[in-house]
Amino acid sequence: MAEFCYCGDMNQFSATGLTCMRGGRVVFSKLDFEVESGRALLLVGPNGSGKSSLLRLMCGLARPVAGAIAWNGEAIDDNPEQHAARLNFVGHLDAVKPSLTVAENLADWVDLRGDGDVARGLARFALRPLAEMPARLLSAGQRRRLALARIAASPAALWLLDEPTVVLDRDSVAALEAAIDDHLDRGGIVVLSSNVDVGLRDPIVLRIDDFTSVDDALLDGPA
Amino acid sequence: MVRRELRLAFRQPGDAAAVLIFFVLATVLFPFGIGPEANILARIAPGVVLVAALLAAMLSLERMFAADFEDGSLELLALLPIPLEAIMLAKALAHWLTTGLPLLVAAPLMGVLLNLPDAGYAPLIAAMALATPTVSLIGAVGASLVLGARRGGVLICLLVLPLLIPVLIFSAGAVDAAMAGFGAKQHLLLLGGLLLGALVLCPWASGAALRQAME
Repeated sequence: MAEFCYCGDMNQFSATGLTCMRGGRVVFSKLDFEVESGRALLLVGPNGSGKSSLLRLMCGLARPVAGAIAWNGEAIDDNPEQHAARLNFVGHLDAVKPSLTVAENLADWVDLRGDGDVARGLARFALRPLAEMPARLLSAGQRRRLALARIAASPAALWLLDEPTVVLDRDSVAALEAAIDDHLDRGGIVVLSSNVDVGLRDPIVLRIDDFTSVDDALLDGPA
Repeated sequence: MVRRELRLAFRQPGDAAAVLIFFVLATVLFPFGIGPEANILARIAPGVVLVAALLAAMLSLERMFAADFEDGSLELLALLPIPLEAIMLAKALAHWLTTGLPLLVAAPLMGVLLNLPDAGYAPLIAAMALATPTVSLIGAVGASLVLGARRGGVLICLLVLPLLIPVLIFSAGAVDAAMAGFGAKQHLLLLGGLLLGALVLCPWASGAALRQAME
């Protein structure tokens, strides 16, 4: 199994003055963060505080109303395709095709990304025994492992994980923690949102609710 | 990308088969409704075949992006290092291969059933070869616009069918002109023009709609 490496270059993922609106409501405003190679950023906050919204901004799936997100000082909007090539995203939905087998689901992804290693992804989340099983027979936890196997299969410097541990059993959480540690060791960056404890090494903690509510009344009032 | 779409389609052959069966059934209903008089059937054959094919194609449009939207695959596709417009083109091509092409193959058989005159077959096939990809492209725009809406299937028809009226007019016109002894060339050239226009505008429109749906 080949190890992917991003060593050598130090990367920096940062944002300044981010404001996000959904449905006319300010979710958070003036949010800043900065994270460098080898570090993890942990997003915490109650339900609805904007953890998922922030992760979608970080992917480029949504645009902030104000502020900018940058990779090594270069705004991600300038070249969305280049940004997409350097990130792996796991959202709330597992994006698993029920009619394909586990291995086929993963192979499709690797094909589309044009880079990666199916066997590596399967091994990382103990999916090898399930490789030939149609994905429609998987349990919720197994489907989530398959979604996570994608990030282990294809190389990308930036991992954006939205509540990845929700349906996982203890062994799978441990496998995820090990995968994250490996990724950080190789100079990757991880951004993870979670309401439960995930064993991250020395994470930078970002409390999203620190950036909510204050301006809410102001911005909501006149509108 | 096209390979992925085709593989998914072949795993669920029911969807493509339903379109084809609807096309055949809808066409077969006309002789029953209108009566077996050969002259009348010959006169209406081009229009009936084309309208039935158009309606059959509508059936398949809703699922074009909906499945990927619901299970989250669309987000992952949008995060591939290729433009969303290229993904949409690949999807439209796969849709044409699984829907338009079977309809194209079945259309001459339906022509036989409706007593289509000999002169009509070549222009019917040519017109459908140009019209079906246009339907896939414009349909893809409709399918991406209704993502997240309830009763998306009905909405697609309302959005897309009016836009496809020119395609229908020139397709039927090509066959009629050939049957009347005039050349079908002008109609076919216009159909080709519509296809090229759709090829340029639809990916852009669909890409914008998909981005909107995912925000």
